[in-house]
Amino acid sequence: MTDHTAEGGHGAVPTSGVPVEPDATQVRGDWPLYEVFLRGKRGLNHVHVGSLHAADPEMALRHARDLYTRRNEGVSIWVVKASDITASSPDEKDPFFAPAADKVYRHPTFYEIPDDVPHM
Amino acid sequence: MTAVLEEHFDATIRHDRRIEPRDWMPDSYRKTMIRQIAQHAHSEIIGMQPEGNWITRAPSLRRKAILIAKVQDEAGHGMYLYSAAETLGADRADLTGKLVTGAQKYSSIFNYPTLSYADVGVIGWLVDGAAICNQVPLCRSSYGPYARAMVRICKEESFHQRQGYELLMTMMRGTDAQRAMVQDATDRFWWPSLMMFGPPDDRSPNTERSMAWGIKRHTNDELRQRFVDMTVPQAEKLGVTLPDPQIRWNDARGRYDFGAVDWAEFDQVIKGNGPCNAQRIAHRTRAHQDGAWVREAALAHAAKLGQR
Repeated sequence: MTDHTAEGGHGAVPTSGVPVEPDATQVRGDWPLYEVFLRGKRGLNHVHVGSLHAADPEMALRHARDLYTRRNEGVSIWVVKASDITASSPDEKDPFFAPAADKVYRHPTFYEIPDDVPHM
Repeated sequence: MTAVLEEHFDATIRHDRRIEPRDWMPDSYRKTMIRQIAQHAHSEIIGMQPEGNWITRAPSLRRKAILIAKVQDEAGHGMYLYSAAETLGADRADLTGKLVTGAQKYSSIFNYPTLSYADVGVIGWLVDGAAICNQVPLCRSSYGPYARAMVRICKEESFHQRQGYELLMTMMRGTDAQRAMVQDATDRFWWPSLMMFGPPDDRSPNTERSMAWGIKRHTNDELRQRFVDMTVPQAEKLGVTLPDPQIRWNDARGRYDFGAVDWAEFDQVIKGNGPCNAQRIAHRTRAHQDGAWVREAALAHAAKLGQR
């Protein structure tokens, strides 16, 4: 019989016999995907919080307000079309970020300063 | 090559670090996550209906405003989750298609009808209470975007549960008829709430793999027990009787004993024979179809602006 488990938040759903791959015939005329970034409060950077679909950037901004700031989570919102983002992959971490790792002299701890030098 | 990638994936899981969208992952993990997140999202979306049913008949402006905010949150939870599913290569329009055609399911709890306003309170107290038991451990899911969505959701669920319990306390201070409504709603939702945790562990063969992957943190039976332990004292405080004569404190276990769930009913509801299965899907399908012209018009408008 079909296996069920409480794997999602609201409880038991089937865990076998459930297709997951997109069916190309179903997908048509969908709004593009926008990634959403929020500044939680003044003094902080914008942080990625998720994504949403919208017909244009203006609508994306309004939807982002309704979806991601219902409880004062942000004072400023950026929306960016997901297809316009160029990203590295976490798995490329080692080679991609290697130039940073071998320049230890960029960190203050690289330099030895006697303890009795003040305010250093 | 795959062996190296797999070792890297296993090590990430072993160290309780998060898997992120562009990481290599076994196809079975990816598919399992899409299924889990998508069906969770569908549950939130369908979950708007039982309570949305009462918005126009809320007993006061205060209750109406609260209920609208709550139903709006459920929509938001669905959106956070679809967003997380899309990081795995799922497509939102396709997921909606899989929901309305019944290829993917939603939680069985939403196939029960809401017969009185007390149901709004009991859903907040029991159904959202059970959801919180399920969801809090999911904030530590090994899949990063899902875990982060769950953190947001859990913050909001706390409001849902508390508004429900407060609503019930208010009714219990009211007339005999109101108290009877609360008891009736409790009687109807108690067992379906216990079913939310899924079949007993010996009937849940995928649990072990899901736990190894860090996408399920506790077994169905453990979560169900936690829920009972949490809820029995709340029921006493409220002054309602849970419809299970076998509930009693077990000193040796330090937990409450409770009766056996009717899994035959659960199987029927999951199969589509619950009281409201057809109605829920028909409503979602109608909303989707009725909105089609708006989606198309907005796209046409955006295309026109783009040409200027």
